[in-house]
Amino acid sequence: MSKLLPFRRRMQAAAADQGARTGRMANSEKFISIEGIARRYPAPGGKTTTIFENLWLPMRRGEFVCMIGHSGCGKTTVLNILAGLEAPSEGAVIVDGQALQGTSLDRAVIFQGHALLPWRSVLGNVAYAVSSRWRKASKAEIAARARRAIATVGLAGSEHKKPSELSGGMKQRVGIARALSIEPKILLMDEPFSALDALTRGTLQDEVRRICVETGQTVFMITHDVDEAIYLADRIVLMTNGPEAKVAEIVENPLPKDRDRTQLHHAPGYYALRNHLIDFLVSRSRTLRDTMPAGYDPRHPPVVRSSLSEADAAAIAAEPPSRRA
Amino acid sequence: MTRSLTLRAAVLSLTLLAAILLAWQVAVSGTAKTEAMDPEYAALMGATATTGKSAMPGPLDVGATLWQHLKDPFYDRGPNDKGLGIQLAYSIGRVALGYGLAVLVAIPVGFLIGMSPLMSRALDPYIQILKPVSPLAWMPLALYTIKDSGLSAIFVIFICSLWPMLINTVFGVSGTRKEWLNVARTLEVGPLRRAFTVILPAAAPTILTGMRISIGIAWLVIVAAEMLVGGTGIGYFVWNEWNNLSITNVITSILLIGLVGMVLDQLLARAQRLVTFPE
Repeated sequence: MSKLLPFRRRMQAAAADQGARTGRMANSEKFISIEGIARRYPAPGGKTTTIFENLWLPMRRGEFVCMIGHSGCGKTTVLNILAGLEAPSEGAVIVDGQALQGTSLDRAVIFQGHALLPWRSVLGNVAYAVSSRWRKASKAEIAARARRAIATVGLAGSEHKKPSELSGGMKQRVGIARALSIEPKILLMDEPFSALDALTRGTLQDEVRRICVETGQTVFMITHDVDEAIYLADRIVLMTNGPEAKVAEIVENPLPKDRDRTQLHHAPGYYALRNHLIDFLVSRSRTLRDTMPAGYDPRHPPVVRSSLSEADAAAIAAEPPSRRA
Repeated sequence: MTRSLTLRAAVLSLTLLAAILLAWQVAVSGTAKTEAMDPEYAALMGATATTGKSAMPGPLDVGATLWQHLKDPFYDRGPNDKGLGIQLAYSIGRVALGYGLAVLVAIPVGFLIGMSPLMSRALDPYIQILKPVSPLAWMPLALYTIKDSGLSAIFVIFICSLWPMLINTVFGVSGTRKEWLNVARTLEVGPLRRAFTVILPAAAPTILTGMRISIGIAWLVIVAAEMLVGGTGIGYFVWNEWNNLSITNVITSILLIGLVGMVLDQLLARAQRLVTFPE
């Protein structure tokens, strides 16, 4: 436990230190910038229900951002707005200097239910995406690209199977292959692994992490799974409960970029981070919605960051090499 | 186990058939009580009244007639004496034309209605009111406007095949899963390509169900329609043979109508299996 305490203290210090270290991202760094979006639905009695409003969130190029929050906080709506499937009631999203309008082949979505077309084979599903991206490509070229994407997710040999012949994990792999095949600039994932068993989920997380690191993808992912967020994310966005959800804070992941899922829980600072996230989900997500701390600025939600201290670094060095992998 | 089940079912079917044929034979071979009557009057009355023989043909009579028809299905000896093959061909031709027209109208219109909530709401009352109308009720209107009995029969087939196909197409199209449409949207697929690559395959099983219901109804209605318009066709043949008091031919036609109806249904069932996808 002694290892965890300094991290805790540092996090609190970082939160208290907001004035000086705002954690603000320079404009030039912003690849995606969510600027004051809101989503409102008409409620009975002529009123409107606000799912969230005045939501600001910047993302860097090549960054892996996870959003965590309870059901009903509007996570999926944020993702749909980023995908262009829904329009915000207010505000705008800027991607690469351009206001986002509608869907785009630059932003691929991996759906929660794999959303494969059941009458097409694995190859047919991926080729459908490829032929949508490169409309004038020859059949051979489309098939070659599709096969390459299928091989990337480890499904070579299953090209001609129908989705109904695949297990849940394999279907989701096809969904990932379809998203990757169009070489998007941004990958949007809506709880992609929530319907899978723990073992399959683990291997798919490894694959996704490997692919995203290799291709330098910018990823926005929604999850309920704290461990998944810790393993995959560079930054974790915490949403308070809805309606009228807010970005409570953005936690920067202090764990090294070079991570091993099986050894993650030995990494210094892991439990402190995990406890912080779980505490948030258990209680702070509710209390923070009602009373935000003084000085809360929705345009610049507090960034909780911590770098590994020298003691943590020493602890990593002291770990037996087998554990580090 | 499946094999023995099939076998047992076949044995049971054949036993039932034998029992029915036997009962039929026994029922018609009995002699009823006859009354003493004047010989000249008896000569006018026929076998039923004089010897008590049933006017209902037995299975052997029907079998013999059926064999005669099957041996020479396409003879043509004038307007009131054509082979059963020719009569069935006329009926199938009319059904094919009316049904084909209905397919051409119902599927595109169903697509439009299914894809647009506005059209769906606007056209719903018309469909709801016209759907329950017996297709034969259209017959006088068709005869008056078209002024051709053959075309009127085709129109009646068209109108009765239209509704199940239209309603099922609307249902299938509007029920396309949102996630599949979202896939098409995120891939920036244009509306026409989306209609053919996502909505049509997704709705195809439902559309084929409607087509299967329609072909059944069309085959039911053609017999009645041909009884009304006359001239040719299996329906006309049945009515003509009733006027001839040839019960044997009526029963033979019933068997053949059933057989053709089954074949039509099976053809569409096969087509339906082709487009059905397991999830």
